Amino acid sequence: MDLAFFFIQLLNGLQYGLLLFLVSSGLTLVFGIMGIINLAHGSFYMVGAYLAWSLAGMTGNLATAIAIAIPLTVVLGMGLERLLFRHLYTRDHLYQVLLTYGLILVFEELRSIIWGDDVHGVAVPALLNASIPLTENLSYPVYRLAISGVCLLLAFALYVLIQKTRLGMMIRAGASNRDMVQSLGIDIKLIYTLVFALGVALAAFAGMINAPLSSVTPGMGGHVLIICFVVVVIGGIGSVKGAMAASLMIGLAETFGQVLVPEVAGMIVYVLMAIVLVWRPEGLFGRK
Amino acid sequence: MSQNEKDIFARREFLKGSAAIAGATAVGTLLPSAMAMAQQGKLKVGLMLPYTGTFAQLGVAITNGFKLAVDERGGKLAGREIEFVTVDDESNPAKAPENVNKLVQRDKVDVVIGTVHSGVVMGMAKVLKESGTLWINPNGGAGAMTGAMCAPNFFRTSFSNWQTTHALGKVLKAKGHKTAVFITWKYAAGEEMMEGFKEGFEKEGGKLVKELYTPFPQVEFQALLTEIASIKPDAVVAFFAGGGAAKFLKDYQAAGLKGKIPLYGSGFLTDGVLDAVGDAGEGVETTLHYADGLDTKKDKAFRLAYAKTFKLQPDVYAVQGYDAGQLLAAGLDAVKGNVADKAGVIKGMEAAKIDSPRGVWTLSKAHNPVQDMYLRKVVGKENKSQGVAWKALADPARGCKA
Repeated sequence: MDLAFFFIQLLNGLQYGLLLFLVSSGLTLVFGIMGIINLAHGSFYMVGAYLAWSLAGMTGNLATAIAIAIPLTVVLGMGLERLLFRHLYTRDHLYQVLLTYGLILVFEELRSIIWGDDVHGVAVPALLNASIPLTENLSYPVYRLAISGVCLLLAFALYVLIQKTRLGMMIRAGASNRDMVQSLGIDIKLIYTLVFALGVALAAFAGMINAPLSSVTPGMGGHVLIICFVVVVIGGIGSVKGAMAASLMIGLAETFGQVLVPEVAGMIVYVLMAIVLVWRPEGLFGRK
Repeated sequence: MSQNEKDIFARREFLKGSAAIAGATAVGTLLPSAMAMAQQGKLKVGLMLPYTGTFAQLGVAITNGFKLAVDERGGKLAGREIEFVTVDDESNPAKAPENVNKLVQRDKVDVVIGTVHSGVVMGMAKVLKESGTLWINPNGGAGAMTGAMCAPNFFRTSFSNWQTTHALGKVLKAKGHKTAVFITWKYAAGEEMMEGFKEGFEKEGGKLVKELYTPFPQVEFQALLTEIASIKPDAVVAFFAGGGAAKFLKDYQAAGLKGKIPLYGSGFLTDGVLDAVGDAGEGVETTLHYADGLDTKKDKAFRLAYAKTFKLQPDVYAVQGYDAGQLLAAGLDAVKGNVADKAGVIKGMEAAKIDSPRGVWTLSKAHNPVQDMYLRKVVGKENKSQGVAWKALADPARGCKA
């Protein structure tokens, strides 16, 4: 590998890492901060991608589609929280696993009924549909770089929301002691509804802006679910910073792993997770 | 839960009971009349296919194709009515033995038709080798089924993974490509297709300079595309399917490689995804045992009948299902519907010349189709046939001793 290609691979790794952060950001919030084990995270991602595909088909514009779809997913999140999740906060984690696993099945079936089982694609918006030539035969899609920018913005916004705002403080307090926060006169129920809805919207948003890059297909949610949990666990539960660090680590490890040791590329992420957990069982930035 | 268990238990007991009665009758009567009874009864066909999950549509296409073959024969095969028993295999290899046992043990089917996923195929092979039940596989291309695991009762009407890429060696040579890179998922089907291509290409004096793998079913190709750009081969050969194939085609174009390094592949790379990829597939050439625009009488008739019956356009999977029906019909015709004469049915199927929409094919010794492989080129939303790339290609059936 000469130097030019090394830098291109470095770019690939960082870009993939940012993409992972985007995809797992919703889970960071719901699982990491609220402590709800949400196996249906991948389903929300899938719902986002399918919404983007069908709305972009109707409106002819991805940006409009996203603008319409986000409120829909917020409503979906609030509805699910009110109807289902609210009743499980005080119960054992196993109930949440059971509920969210059930939701995966329900969403897959609904997807099949509403949108069918075909593979679909979403066109890259015309404005961003260009490539920057890097070498004589390789160029870099502008859309990928644009997504990276969105990921960085999102990461910053999440960090500020959780660490620097009053709402973030209440969320964190609620995560560590629900009853105490409630008796201080804070409407914790409302906060939880909002945060959960935000988590759902983030997952769906990731599916939406990722739709032109990936294809829109049945079972797409399952593929991202595992890697999202790996990100949150390596990063440390409850830490946005950790999720970012873990995403970049995984992105780089996978990229260079595939190139340098292709035989074991499938294992690298999990080896990395094992090493991190042996070294720091609470994750990179997790609280002890 | 306990109520459920009771129900299942009751059903099992009932089945056991009826099986015992059936057994008693068979023993108690003279053989000829037992045979006559068998002929009058319905033929039990077990369909073990995916009806949910990623491959659900493939399962439906195969089922439709099979039923069309039966319908064309007046709803009967060799004069016998058909009773279908279906099991959704969910493309889950872990459940394969349990699912196939349902058909073999519980339902006592005469023949098993299935399935799509190669891993499930291998799970079925173990059970069916022991039970000796007639088995026609209408898709899953795992080499071992008609290789190391082959058996007299195993038949396949689709392809072996090796077959789908082997003819590409010749194609690349004819285009003057001397070096190639193969890229696929790291799993059995991908590796078998890589082997099939490598063998064909090296025989023609070509050089496979690198095998690139990404874990199944991951779809992040950027690192490997960069690798391809740095290697600069004359051609790239790929195997992905479904959503992965759609994404690969788009990424290949977005990375600027399309038009600079020509892309080839196993036919599955461009089957069923062309609507999803815009113009990213345009011009990609692949080999497969079926193509659009074959323009034969049989293919036209099949496409028309299929579209009329199911309000759907047929695909390669529908053809494979249809041929499974045709092959079974040939076997049953040879014994006039007396499926109890298993050796006779097998002989009949072995001798069959299947007049398929893909063209006439016969079975190899290991019971895999010996068939023409077409070179196809993506033109608009079609995989247009460019003619036959390899006439009557047979799988080498390595390790088959039956």
